[in-house]
Amino acid sequence: MAKDRQMEDSLVRLNRIKPQTNVLFNIMFTIFAAISIIPVIFVFIISITSEQSIRLHGYRFWPAEFSSEAYKFLINEADSIMRAFGISVLVAVVGTILGLILTSTMGYVISRSNYKLNGFMTMVVFIPMIFNGGMLSSYVINIQLLNLKDSVWALILPLCVSSFNVIICKTFFKTNIPESVFESAQIDGASQFVTFTRIAIPLAKPMMATIALFLCFGYWNDWFQASLYITNTRLLSLQALLNNIQRAIEMMANNPTQGLSLQAYWNAMPKEGARMAMAVIIVVPIACTYPFFQKYFISGLTVGAVKG
Amino acid sequence: MAEEKKRKRRKRSWTKNDTELTLLAVPTTVWYILFCFLPMFGLIIAFKNYRVTAGKSFFYNVFSSDWYGFKNFEFLFKSNDLFVILRNTIVYNLVFIVLGLVISVTAAILISLIHSKRKAKVYQTLMIFPYFMSWVVVAYFADAFLNMDNGLINSMIRDGGGQAVSWYMTAGAWPFILVFMYIWKNVGYSMVIYLSSIAGIDQTLYEAAVVDGANKRQQVFNITLPCLKNVIIMMFILNIGKIFYSDFGLFYQVSQGAKGSIFTATATIDTYVFNAIRSSAPIGMPAAVNFFQSIACCITILAANALVKKLDSDSAII
Repeated sequence: MAKDRQMEDSLVRLNRIKPQTNVLFNIMFTIFAAISIIPVIFVFIISITSEQSIRLHGYRFWPAEFSSEAYKFLINEADSIMRAFGISVLVAVVGTILGLILTSTMGYVISRSNYKLNGFMTMVVFIPMIFNGGMLSSYVINIQLLNLKDSVWALILPLCVSSFNVIICKTFFKTNIPESVFESAQIDGASQFVTFTRIAIPLAKPMMATIALFLCFGYWNDWFQASLYITNTRLLSLQALLNNIQRAIEMMANNPTQGLSLQAYWNAMPKEGARMAMAVIIVVPIACTYPFFQKYFISGLTVGAVKG
Repeated sequence: MAEEKKRKRRKRSWTKNDTELTLLAVPTTVWYILFCFLPMFGLIIAFKNYRVTAGKSFFYNVFSSDWYGFKNFEFLFKSNDLFVILRNTIVYNLVFIVLGLVISVTAAILISLIHSKRKAKVYQTLMIFPYFMSWVVVAYFADAFLNMDNGLINSMIRDGGGQAVSWYMTAGAWPFILVFMYIWKNVGYSMVIYLSSIAGIDQTLYEAAVVDGANKRQQVFNITLPCLKNVIIMMFILNIGKIFYSDFGLFYQVSQGAKGSIFTATATIDTYVFNAIRSSAPIGMPAAVNFFQSIACCITILAANALVKKLDSDSAII
C-alpha cells in the first residue's frame, strides 16, 4: 500500500508542469487576481481622499491628502443611510424566508411522482423558463393590476421564486432523499404537511442553505426593482440609493443650464468621496462573507445541472 | 409497460394525499400566475392601442383599448432603433459567449496546473469576487476610471500632456469597455465552474498518459479538453438560447443610461424598453419590442434545448 502511494506521488510530481512554467502561471494569475480587486481598492482610496485633493488631481491611487470627511458626511446623513440599510436588510431577510417557503413547497410537490397533478404543476414551473412576458408586460401588470408602486412588496415578491431554484429543490428531494423514507412516513400515517416539515426539510438543509444564499445575494444586490417601482425615497434600499444618486448626477451633467436651483441641489448632493464611501459600505458585507459561501454557489449550480 | 403504468395513474381516483399536496402547492402556483402567467397575457398590449384610464383596472384598460393590429410593429420597423438594438443585443452576446468561454476555459486549465493548490485557491477566491458585486457598484468602479474630470485614465492622459477624453460620449470606446467589464465580472465565476469539472476528471487517465510518455500539453489537448467538451457545449448552447436577452445592468449602469451619443454602441433591447418605461412616451413601440423579444427568446431556447437533447438527453431542460 505504502509503496503504491509513493509511486502515485512520484507520478504526480513527475506529471507537474515545469517550475519555470509554474512561476509564469503564478505571475499571470497574480495579475488577474489584482485586476479583479483593484477597482474596489481604488474606490476605497477615493473614499478616504480629501475633496480638495480630488478637485486638484482627480482620483489617484496615491492621493495628495487623506481625509475621513466622506465617512463623516455619511455619519451626518446616518438617518437616510441607516434607513436604506434597514430596507436592504429587511428585504433580504423577508424575501429569503418567503422565497425559501415558496420554492421548497413547490419543489417538494413536483418531486412526488404519485401526485395526481404532478404533470400540471411541473408545467407551471417549466413554462416560465421557456417563455415569459418580458420587462414591459411585467411592469404594466405589477403597477396596474397588483398595485405594487411604492410598496416594499415590489422589492420582494417579483424576485422570490425562480424556476431554476424550484428545479434544484425538486432534484434534491428526488435524488438525495431515498423514497423509502417518505414511504415509511406515509405508512405511519403522517400527512403530507408533516412529511414535508418534519422529514423533507430537515434532510434538505444543505440544499436550503444554497438556495437561501442565492436569494439573499440576489436581494442584497438588487436595484432594478426599486428603479422601476419605487419613487418614495423612504423605501430606497442601499443599492437603489446609490443608483438614484448616480442618475441625479447624470441628469445634472446632461442639463447644465438649469442654473441656480441646480447649484443648490448640487451642493446638497454627496461629494465624490462620499459617493464612493457608500459603494464601499455596500461592498464590505459581501467582501467579508463571500469567501465562506462561494462553494455553495458552485455546488448549487452543479446540483441544478442534474436532471431528476 | 410504461404506458400501462401511466394509464393506471391517470385512472387512479383523487386521494387525501393529492389534496394535501395541492394545498402545499397553492401559494407558489398563485405566485406563478401573478408574476409569470399574467405578464404572458399582458403581451397582448403589443397589438393594442393601449390607453390607461385613471381608476380602472388593468383588464378594463386592455379590453377597452382598440385593436391596433400590427401597427405598433410597423412603427418599430420604420424606426432605426430596431436595427441598432437588435444588432447590439445579438453581437454583444455572441462576443461575450465566445470570448467568455475561451478565456474561462483557458484560465481554468492553467490554474489547475499550478503546483500549489493553496495559491490556486487564493487566486480563485479573488477572481470570483467581481461576480458578487451588483452592476450599480461596478458602474461606480468604472466611473472611477472613466470619469471626465476626475477619472484615473483622463488624469493619466493629462499628466502625459494629452487632451482628456469624454468617455461617456465616445461611442467608439464602448464596445471595448463593455466587453472588458463583462469579462471582468463573469470570468472568475465561470472559470470556477469549469474548474470543478476538471477536478472531476478521472486521475488514472493522466497516470496512463504519463506512462505512455505524454507531456503536459498533450495531456491538456487529449484528456482535459475532450473531458470538458460536454460541459463546454452545454454552456455554449444554453447561452445561445438566451441570446435575445441582454445583461441589463451591464448595458444600463456601466454606460450610465445607454442613451445620448453612445446609444448606437450601448443600447440593447432591454435598455430600450427600460428607457421607454421611464419616459412618458406611449408604450406601443416598446410593447412591440417586448413581444418580439419574448417570442424570439422562446424560439431560441427551444431550439437550443432540442440541440442539447440531441447531444446529451440528460442535460436538456424539457
